[in-house]
Amino acid sequence: MNYEITIGLEVHTELSTKSKIFCNCTTLFGGEPNTHVCEICSGMPGTLPLLNQTVVEYAVKTGLATNCSITRYNKFDRKNYFYPDLPKAYQISQLYLPVCRNGYVEIDSDAGKKKVRIHEIHMEEDAGKLIHDPWEDCTLVDYNRCGVPLLEIVSEPDMSSAQEVIDYLEKLRAILQYTGVSDCKMQEGSLRADINLSVRPAGQKELGTRTEMKNMNSFKAITRAIESESKRQIELLEEGKEVVQQTRRWDDNKGTSYSMRSKEDAHDYKYFPEPDLPPIEISDAQIDEIKSSMPELPQNKKLRYISEFGLPQYDTGIITNSIHLVYLFEETVKICKNPKIAANWIMVELMKLLNDSGTLPENINFNHSSLGKIIVILEQGKITRETAKKVFGEVFYNDVDPDTYIKDNNLSVMTDSLAIRTAIEDVLTQNEKSVNEYKGGKTQAFQYLIGQSMRALKGQAQAQEVTKILKDILG
Amino acid sequence: MQIGSDLVNYLEALARIELTDTQREKCKSDLQDILSYIDTLNELDTSGVEPLSHSFPVTNVFHEDCVQESKDRDGLLLNAPFKKDGCFKVPKTVE
Repeated sequence: MNYEITIGLEVHTELSTKSKIFCNCTTLFGGEPNTHVCEICSGMPGTLPLLNQTVVEYAVKTGLATNCSITRYNKFDRKNYFYPDLPKAYQISQLYLPVCRNGYVEIDSDAGKKKVRIHEIHMEEDAGKLIHDPWEDCTLVDYNRCGVPLLEIVSEPDMSSAQEVIDYLEKLRAILQYTGVSDCKMQEGSLRADINLSVRPAGQKELGTRTEMKNMNSFKAITRAIESESKRQIELLEEGKEVVQQTRRWDDNKGTSYSMRSKEDAHDYKYFPEPDLPPIEISDAQIDEIKSSMPELPQNKKLRYISEFGLPQYDTGIITNSIHLVYLFEETVKICKNPKIAANWIMVELMKLLNDSGTLPENINFNHSSLGKIIVILEQGKITRETAKKVFGEVFYNDVDPDTYIKDNNLSVMTDSLAIRTAIEDVLTQNEKSVNEYKGGKTQAFQYLIGQSMRALKGQAQAQEVTKILKDILG
Repeated sequence: MQIGSDLVNYLEALARIELTDTQREKCKSDLQDILSYIDTLNELDTSGVEPLSHSFPVTNVFHEDCVQESKDRDGLLLNAPFKKDGCFKVPKTVE
């Protein structure tokens, strides 16, 4: 039997405000335990939260960028539960009137364009970190992260494969990064997703029973978890068993998920309007102001790159998916004035360096003007393509200045034909066997001699020139 | 709605408290009274009334997004019953 998979996501993203959502403690990641904490975010009795204005602005920005309607009059609610990651024994969140509703994000799936609808976006506070102490078999609590502002972006169950989920997350991440709302560093937990998944026999109207996998924070783990969980559910149905609605935890090392303690239902959280925070009213003027400060969003940028620069769809997709690649690309184009060449260098040489070194685009660490400079020098014929690649490697790993590096290491192209000829003659003397083979009609020997000559010239002579001289000598 | 013993036990679990049998009986009848009063309130037609979300007619009270120094850690942990390595120490949580 064929099965359809249905997936909805709850994405939590930490906002890149300077201070926390209800106090002025820093939101910096890490730090010694409990050093970014005050009376408010540690939930001391008698303290009052005060909402960070920028959190509202960022929430509205995100809502507008994901085609949501903005709830002009919204408010916070109190979600009660006992767990030491929240010192107040409740989380301040939004249940009844979330700040944004009814939006969508468009993804390019295998089956063409597809809209993933956004049910709502709400503001809330992050919880603290629990550290298990194996020596005393107890739990240590660090509240540095407690009160860091979060947006929870809740999608409708509109995705049907791991690939669509990744496409959606990449799109969402690009939007959040373009608008400056979040840095989305998954390894630091500033973008994490809960996956709601169910399966049903193809053609069945009602959705199957869903399970939830919490706090997934890498694309690879998400892909594996979706594949494993859909398989588990399909197997249950095939055996005539039922899927039990539950929260499961994904163990990426073992590649399996397991059931967590049964979760409380929504009504068990005893939500009620947060009495410590007055409601928020958002005016037309504010919305207009935020709209006018919106940067060009990924989808528009992509279309512009295609129409204005004539770049291939695939390349523009890769580049516009990451704001960090966009920064580099645009700076490079500004200098070398050739978008196609710039895109090519990013797609080929940069991607290779990123892969080889296991670096993410967000950790690119060199002066963005360097790539443009290298391309200009190369196009002027002052260095060979081989040299350009080598210099870019140095730029990538050591952030050298291309001009200085080329000068200091004498990497400029050899223009002295006599010197090139001398070097080639040396090569021929040392490779008498190949010379004889060539003369005996073995054409591969010629390629070998070019290679040897290029090596002797340290890649600093233009290949055409070397070929010409070589042919000239060998006759 | 009738408040049964099961519900009282469930509420105890959610609130992480343990009642004596006498308290349970008292709790049951108190909750029953509260629910009957809600039933009385429900007789009122409120179809044209906006739900009240806050008791004061105030909106938009904000702090500016700037960082101020946090509390010193020793002060923060001063009243913690148990602490270790700069952290609050609590019973092991279920993972």
